[in-house]
Amino acid sequence: MSIATLFEIVLAAVVLGLAIWTITVSETYSAAVGFVAYGLLVALIWVRLDAVDVAMTEAAIGGGLGGIVLLGAAARLRESEAMTAERPGRVVRLCAAALSASIAMVLAVAVLILPDPAPTLAPTVISNAGATGLANPVTNVLMAFRAMDTMLEKVVLMLAIVGVWSLASDQAWGGRPGPRHEADPNGVLAFLARLTPPAGIVIGIYLLWTGADHPGGAFQGGAVLASMWLLVIMAGLADTPPVSSRSLRLILVAGPGVFLVVGLGGLCFGPAFLAYPVAFAKPLILGIEVAMTLTIAATLALLLAGAPERSATR
Amino acid sequence: MPPPAPTLTTTTGSVLLVLSIVVPVAGVLLAFALGDRYCRLVVFTVMPFGIAIAAAILMLLPLSEGHLVYLLGAWPPPLGVALRADGLSAVMLATVAIVICAVAIFAATDFRPTEAKTRAPFAFWILLLAIWGALNTIFVGGDLFTLYVALELLTFAAVPLVSLDGRAETLRSALRYLLFALLGSVLYLSGTALLYGLHGTLDILLLSHRVSVEPGALIAAALMTTGLLAKTALFPLHLWLPPAHAGAPAAASAILSGLVVKGSFFILLRLWFDVMPALPGFAVPQLLAALGAGAIVFESVVALRQERLKLLIAYSTLAQIGYLFLMFPLAFGASGRLESGQALAGGLLQAISHATAKAAMFMAVGSIYGGLGHDRITGLRGVARALPLSVLAFALGGIALMGLQPSGASLAKELLLQKAMSTGQWWWAIVLQAGGIFTAAYVVLVLAHALAPADEPIALISPASRSRDLAALALALCSLSLGLMPWEHYLPLPHGGALKLFDLDALSKFLLPAMGGATLAILLSPWPHPLACSAVWKNLMRVLGPFRRTCLGFGGLVERGDDALRQWPAASISLVVVTLLLAASMFAANS
Amino acid sequence: MSAVTVFGLCAAAAVGVGLYGLITNPQPLRKIIAFNLLGSGVFLLFGIIGRRGAAAGSGNDPVPQALVITGVVVAFSATALAIALTLRLFETAGSMTLRSRAPTGPNSDPSAG
Repeated sequence: MSIATLFEIVLAAVVLGLAIWTITVSETYSAAVGFVAYGLLVALIWVRLDAVDVAMTEAAIGGGLGGIVLLGAAARLRESEAMTAERPGRVVRLCAAALSASIAMVLAVAVLILPDPAPTLAPTVISNAGATGLANPVTNVLMAFRAMDTMLEKVVLMLAIVGVWSLASDQAWGGRPGPRHEADPNGVLAFLARLTPPAGIVIGIYLLWTGADHPGGAFQGGAVLASMWLLVIMAGLADTPPVSSRSLRLILVAGPGVFLVVGLGGLCFGPAFLAYPVAFAKPLILGIEVAMTLTIAATLALLLAGAPERSATR
Repeated sequence: MPPPAPTLTTTTGSVLLVLSIVVPVAGVLLAFALGDRYCRLVVFTVMPFGIAIAAAILMLLPLSEGHLVYLLGAWPPPLGVALRADGLSAVMLATVAIVICAVAIFAATDFRPTEAKTRAPFAFWILLLAIWGALNTIFVGGDLFTLYVALELLTFAAVPLVSLDGRAETLRSALRYLLFALLGSVLYLSGTALLYGLHGTLDILLLSHRVSVEPGALIAAALMTTGLLAKTALFPLHLWLPPAHAGAPAAASAILSGLVVKGSFFILLRLWFDVMPALPGFAVPQLLAALGAGAIVFESVVALRQERLKLLIAYSTLAQIGYLFLMFPLAFGASGRLESGQALAGGLLQAISHATAKAAMFMAVGSIYGGLGHDRITGLRGVARALPLSVLAFALGGIALMGLQPSGASLAKELLLQKAMSTGQWWWAIVLQAGGIFTAAYVVLVLAHALAPADEPIALISPASRSRDLAALALALCSLSLGLMPWEHYLPLPHGGALKLFDLDALSKFLLPAMGGATLAILLSPWPHPLACSAVWKNLMRVLGPFRRTCLGFGGLVERGDDALRQWPAASISLVVVTLLLAASMFAANS
Repeated sequence: MSAVTVFGLCAAAAVGVGLYGLITNPQPLRKIIAFNLLGSGVFLLFGIIGRRGAAAGSGNDPVPQALVITGVVVAFSATALAIALTLRLFETAGSMTLRSRAPTGPNSDPSAG
């Protein structure tokens, strides 16, 4: 057994242990903490699987922002925990355990008996990379070959915003999401919020830019920008914009909007919907990605901020 | 070696498929950007275009040999994603366009943006367009992962509709709906992962040439099927549907009950009839139909015991969903191989009939609720006089579902019954008849209350709205006349399958279930009957009294059993059990 | 044992653990966490399938990677929406009535049911 395999086995065992702990621990807040740790270790698995793009997304969005939103909710619901429903009885738990284990086993068998050599689209993706001029194959799949999925998924993000906003009370509609954060202007948080964003913004833009040829891209860049914005908001240096703000709305539709317009351009002037002319493919895709990064950053931050709670003027 | 891949090229005119997705999606973006005041305007601008696109696809399809293909970005699968339309997609696109437009007209006053109230209109109109776009993507999507994204789009648009009025119990229903739907999506997604691992593509057409009987494919099929069943709310995975559909505003209920559950059902059809028609064997279709039969019996009985009209209709939706699954054993026959499209045509027709009729019924109930301020069935006396058009729309929708010719439901039932007889599966013929009788039971029950004269005239809390009633009425009439459409261009119907209208036979086929339904309604509904004071009723009760008490006791038991199944742990355990059962029976059939 | 086998078993087990949590945990927030575990297990399945398809100088088939990136974003949106619903439910129903009886029956409470 090589060192690498040993490391992989230990990593898998720790990840599984964390997963079990997250499910069984009695306090919800601890479970959320466990989930954040789990997310970071899963990102490590993705690195071992040679999928760095996914590792970055998983760490930034799955473990990172997802963890923040879970931790925030767990903190807010902490005092209600004592009185929530009791767990189901022992028989139900045993049943559930046996059945979940059988599903896991069925899946494990299904994965282990997959055919060898495995079917793959990697050579096709690589050999068609010339059509876009981008060297990162994952970006090529997301932005060109399966552009439809990516565009629709931007609409899913927007609907999530609509769903979260629709939970506002009628009085708060049009107002600002989330509570107003007041932090000590000379405290550590405010200090960090002044110090980090310039670097964070550079990193976010770099991730977007480098995504054309190396791991990275709009999601990862957008997630970094979103966390910078949240930091500034939490430090009380800025407030969330009111949801009725026209410029906010425009930023939120920019990503899917530009995508749709470029796609329709391909329909009118090119061979097909969502086709890019070879000469302009790279600038067009980068243009879409810039718009998408802005939209993703704003969307992720606002999803974390929650439903409108306060009138816009206050 | 897999067989050679079929040639894939874009066909002429198939750009319409792109437009069918792009137009509603562009509407969503536009409505969101323009802001609260203009959302309704955007919807009414998009509507004519949507209708025109659906109509154009209907007209174009027979001219292009029944298939339209569009390669997005000009990339052929497996690298790219294709959009495809066949007869099934075309009729579903048209149905959705019609129902969405009727609901939009119905909702125009309820969700008018005003100074004081913009939150609910903003959400409603955007979500309506999003549901339209998501469903169209499901109908024309040619790739299993694109279908997954569309399914999520549908869920994200449907869940906030449930809790639009913000009351605690609707928030609770929305949360339950979301969590169970997410469980369903994850199962579906795990199946697609396995299929990609087996064949290196998720394109439906390519997969249909590559999938063979192999353990991985069987496991994938079981996982994906169960995930879709959870989203379709097939018994016993139905815990989320009744509170969600009954608690939403009327226009939203019409969409949720009429259209949204058909999205996942349609993907199920794609899976079984296009991706893996050779896999199921004998047992799986029987199992699916058995769950459907369970839905018909359980949920019909529970529906008859409801006091609130909206809940009654929500439970009847569950029974009707069960009815849709009766087509599977009839289509796959005793050999477990796909035999004919006639059962598929019948099932799809039933889905369309239900979409139009059920949306009309929910809209009519919305008008009744708006007029009376409540929807207690026992308090409906005299409503036929106060709100004649609403009751008429409800009655016509109900009669269409009961199968009065030339309704779509009657044609569907005829097709399925023929198939049950020709394949020798008489037991499903019995269930089909029972389904019809139960449908008749709750329609008759409601109409008996609504048509009973009131002791004093009803004071309406808000006047009847002509446009709302007409929208509901139009949909009900549409469902009632579906049997007259030229289906043979789109669905695999047997030759000479056209119905003979208005003969004695047809009348008896309608009246017998109606009378059976009336009997069931008397025996199973625990609420005071509108004729309870008349001499006829007293005489009847003298004969039937003890028997009715037994039936009511049975109904109570069924209701308690249903309550137990709708507990979260019970429902999610059922989900896992169904997955394992499906997988096991496929392995048994193919070993 | 290769990385694919080790992580394949790990992914399947994560699905099982998440499924168990989703079935048995009564609180909505715990169900949401369990859903995320379940989802990450399924995404890992894609990763393993992509790793098996490593070819042409690419260590992991880029198509499943792209599918997972899309899936992660969808799962995050679902998490955010579910949490917003949970918080709003808590606010509206108040702590005392979190297990209250809905009009539809005794068990339409996601936390109790």
